[in-house]
Amino acid sequence: MDFSVVASNFTFLIVQGLIGFGPFIGGTLRLAIPAIVLGFALGVFIGLARLARAPWIRLPATIYVELFRGVPLVMVIFWIWFIIPQLLRLPIPEYGVALTAFVIFEAAYFGEIVRAGVQSVARGQVEAATALGLTATKTMAYVVLPQALKNMVPSLVTQTIVLFKDTSLASIIGYVDLTKAAQIVNNREIKPFELYLFIAVVYWICTYSMSTFARRLERRTA
Amino acid sequence: MNYTFNWSVLWSGQSGQWLLQGLITTLQLSALAWVLAVALGILAGALRTVPLAPLRWGATSYVEFFRNVPLLVWMFFWYFGVPPLLPRGAQDWLFSHGLEFWAGTIALGVYHGARMSEVIRSGIGAIPRTQFEASLAMGLTTFQAYRLVILPVALRLIVPPGTNESLNLLKNSSVALTISVAELTFQTRQIETYTAKAIEALTAGTLIYLALCLSIATIMARVERHYAIPGLISRTTAG
Repeated sequence: MDFSVVASNFTFLIVQGLIGFGPFIGGTLRLAIPAIVLGFALGVFIGLARLARAPWIRLPATIYVELFRGVPLVMVIFWIWFIIPQLLRLPIPEYGVALTAFVIFEAAYFGEIVRAGVQSVARGQVEAATALGLTATKTMAYVVLPQALKNMVPSLVTQTIVLFKDTSLASIIGYVDLTKAAQIVNNREIKPFELYLFIAVVYWICTYSMSTFARRLERRTA
Repeated sequence: MNYTFNWSVLWSGQSGQWLLQGLITTLQLSALAWVLAVALGILAGALRTVPLAPLRWGATSYVEFFRNVPLLVWMFFWYFGVPPLLPRGAQDWLFSHGLEFWAGTIALGVYHGARMSEVIRSGIGAIPRTQFEASLAMGLTTFQAYRLVILPVALRLIVPPGTNESLNLLKNSSVALTISVAELTFQTRQIETYTAKAIEALTAGTLIYLALCLSIATIMARVERHYAIPGLISRTTAG
């Protein structure tokens, strides 16, 4: 075992692969952070749509969630990869394909979390807000969602960690994230055990610090 | 959009056979990995609750390390990283018996074992501590208490989250295409490559995954009703 291969390629793996600065358009973080923000934003709409009273809003949202939760992410990435260039009649960079696939896919999971969070808010809160004269939109924005968000924190963190790990699948279509960077180095150096163990540790440090941070946050907000 | 559909590519030529083979490989891979995951999950999940610190730490390190790293990295690790370190004889056997399939099974099973153990631990955590104490007071050893009292109840409690996790395993088996296991997603890609009909091929693969997930969920809902412990859990309308 020879871990000097890690030391000599450290900059490429971390700066190019994990963060995303370098000759390639890539980076795990550069993909994960917008995917989390946009996925959650779309998830809020889908979660609320699933709770809508009007069936023409509720039904499409339900189908959306059930469809994407029943299909592997790899399949969704391939769908976007083939479909979007056909639809737009122009080539899309890997970054765009990966980001679109993650946002669409993860929004289904975020939607379920939002729905569960909203449902966890006591019924009396809505009734009290209505009695005070708030409109339905204001009730949702000022009374229900803030409380729901607090209840959602543990599941949101879990899903964020899942999404962070899922971004490794973007390497399948050639996006240069941490996993792809390790593959590129391995093709030249042929040190698979050392390289893949190293990126496993890097991923672990990222996810573990996220969950530690979340636990602290939970204790403070609880 | 300028695309001519040609659904007949799915049943002309070899496509149908490829899809069937892919489905069989997906099921084999998932079933073997599932057995491994459940065994590891029960072991690690139970060890994390025993009153013996070194065992708890060992199990905790396994779970925290394996479930916090992407499955894809584990696929590469078990497929490219581990075989060169094995003895010559084992290497030869693996290379002539489908290394990618076994590496995929181990990667999937060990990764989901760590995730499964969290489900099992939560099941054990839902059982009142007094049950364990009562078992010891009756003269059972710790091992007997887990085998005869704690685990049978915990396993009945965790059918719904266990099903969810099993479906995750089935869907994640698609990641094995990266180490060229010829499972369903791999075969879907193959049809696309040969026929240049992406939408038809992807639709077929997607529908098969959906049908698999739906039918497993339906079967498990029945199992859940059968094994539910009366009066212990209030059945919620899980989606």
